[in-house]
Amino acid sequence: MDHYKFRVVKNHLVQFLVYLALFLALVPLFSILYEVVVRGFSTISIEFFIKPTPTVGEVGGGVANAIQGTLITIGLASLIGVPIGLMSGIFLSEYGESKLSVVVRFLHDVLMGIPSIVIGVFAYALITLSIGFSVIAAAFALSVIMIPIVTRTTEEALKLVPMSIREAAIALGIPRWKATVTVVFSGAKKAIVTGLLLSIARIAGESAPVLVTMGFWRWWFAGFDRPVANLALDIFIFAMSPFKNWLTLAWGSALVLILLVLGISVAARVLTKGRY
Amino acid sequence: MAVKFDIQNLNAWFGSMHVLKNINMKIEENAVTAIIGPSGSGKTTFLRCLNRMHEITPGARVSGKVLFNGINIYDDGVDPVMIRRKIGMVFQKPNPFPMMSIYDNVAVGLKLNGIRDKKILDAAVRRSLELANLWDEVKGALNKSGASLSGGQQQRLCIARALAVEPEVLLMDEPTSALDPIAAAKIEALIRKLAKNYTVVIVTHNMQQAARVSDYTAFFYLGELIEYGPTKQIFENPKHELTKRYITGEFG
Ligand SMILES: Nc1ncnc2c1ncn2[C@@H]1O[C@H](COP(=O)(O)OP(=O)(O)O)[C@@H](O)[C@H]1O
Ligand SMILES: [Mg+2]
Repeated sequence: MDHYKFRVVKNHLVQFLVYLALFLALVPLFSILYEVVVRGFSTISIEFFIKPTPTVGEVGGGVANAIQGTLITIGLASLIGVPIGLMSGIFLSEYGESKLSVVVRFLHDVLMGIPSIVIGVFAYALITLSIGFSVIAAAFALSVIMIPIVTRTTEEALKLVPMSIREAAIALGIPRWKATVTVVFSGAKKAIVTGLLLSIARIAGESAPVLVTMGFWRWWFAGFDRPVANLALDIFIFAMSPFKNWLTLAWGSALVLILLVLGISVAARVLTKGRY
Repeated sequence: MAVKFDIQNLNAWFGSMHVLKNINMKIEENAVTAIIGPSGSGKTTFLRCLNRMHEITPGARVSGKVLFNGINIYDDGVDPVMIRRKIGMVFQKPNPFPMMSIYDNVAVGLKLNGIRDKKILDAAVRRSLELANLWDEVKGALNKSGASLSGGQQQRLCIARALAVEPEVLLMDEPTSALDPIAAAKIEALIRKLAKNYTVVIVTHNMQQAARVSDYTAFFYLGELIEYGPTKQIFENPKHELTKRYITGEFG
């Protein structure tokens, strides 16, 4: 009987600790969200969404150029990173174990562990030094950050699709690659899209590699060989500045960045929402 | 008899494990041939050698000839994809594509082979589902998930899916072993119906089933073909001692 009571107490204690840990984990999350929403919301106006970065001393202004620039940068980075990531994920999952696949998987693990600023410096040396501070260089750096995330999540998602589904497709006289990109992919679609979203959210928030490859830019898009404005970098630059107007814009930018990432993720959920 | 398959000195391996040993047999067109034998005797492997599915397993290997309509499917220059289109397969566990509707499960083979015309697809889906004795049960629910059907219906959906690409042969690997007796009986009736126009090779664990549905029976044991002949003869008058012991249930 005593043993039983002891077990009940232990059970409650562990349960309490689990809930406490959950609470402690959620406190910073909600306080960040609260702070950003409250402070950011007050800065938001129509002007905020249609005007570019104000010059020092100017009142008002907005982050429209940074929204444009961020979308262009993410888009370009995805254009490079998503196909390469998907292909290498397919390679790792569908083409069997080989020396090459072991090496490829190891390289992706290493890549995933490299600090983003180092990748930024690499892109700086490779591209910025030859064509100058540009959105191309930034997109390249961000795509290198994306690739291992997309690869790994694609590989894991495809591996969860049962072998019997692949065999059924191949037995229908569908070439292996076609079976992979249609039947097998449709079974793994949600997990793969989730991986893409994670990688996009991740690069949307990167500022260090953007700073190194493209720098701060107050204007609209002016060509792929020029920089564009970037929300994450703006937050950093604005927040470090002594100007009151820029400080408020930092909060607004933070809110927009969060909404952007949220929006991308909701949109993709809706788009991939299967009927089953 | 018209010969659909002429199998000559067929051997198969998984890595260094020799699982089919020098199989020689002819399979008749538009008839049902049953493959029986205890677990691990190579029945599944044999079936998968007939449509070149064996080789997709890493490390798997084949030697010998399988003449299909007189052409060796293992000749250089024969495209395994074309072979699999002509020789359909139904698996032990029903495996409809889970993210697809009933309609798409049946249409996918044609769609991926480039057929886009909705009229042709609609007709093929209906024809295949009717052939598989499933049309009446699903005609009002073609947009529902294939996974929402019962096990027996799923297996008939898989048969319809295989039939949609217009094969000449259906290979069935213990198609009723995961089903209840009523669902199994429906599949057996279906097999008899299909045998009028298709060559059916069915692996089965169930001796009564072999006796009920097949015209010919082959008994495999430890990777060898022990005895092969008309089903009636195999069950009523087996020539080989091992066959006699197996069909009387002495081992299995
Ligand atoms: N994927 C595989 N890898 C290695 N060995 C296998 C594989 N599949 C089957 N085998 C082996 O091959 C032999 C024949 O198997 P199988 O053809 O599945 O027999 P059956 O269908 O008659 O039960 C068995 O010894 C089995 O263990
Ligand atoms: Mg088997």
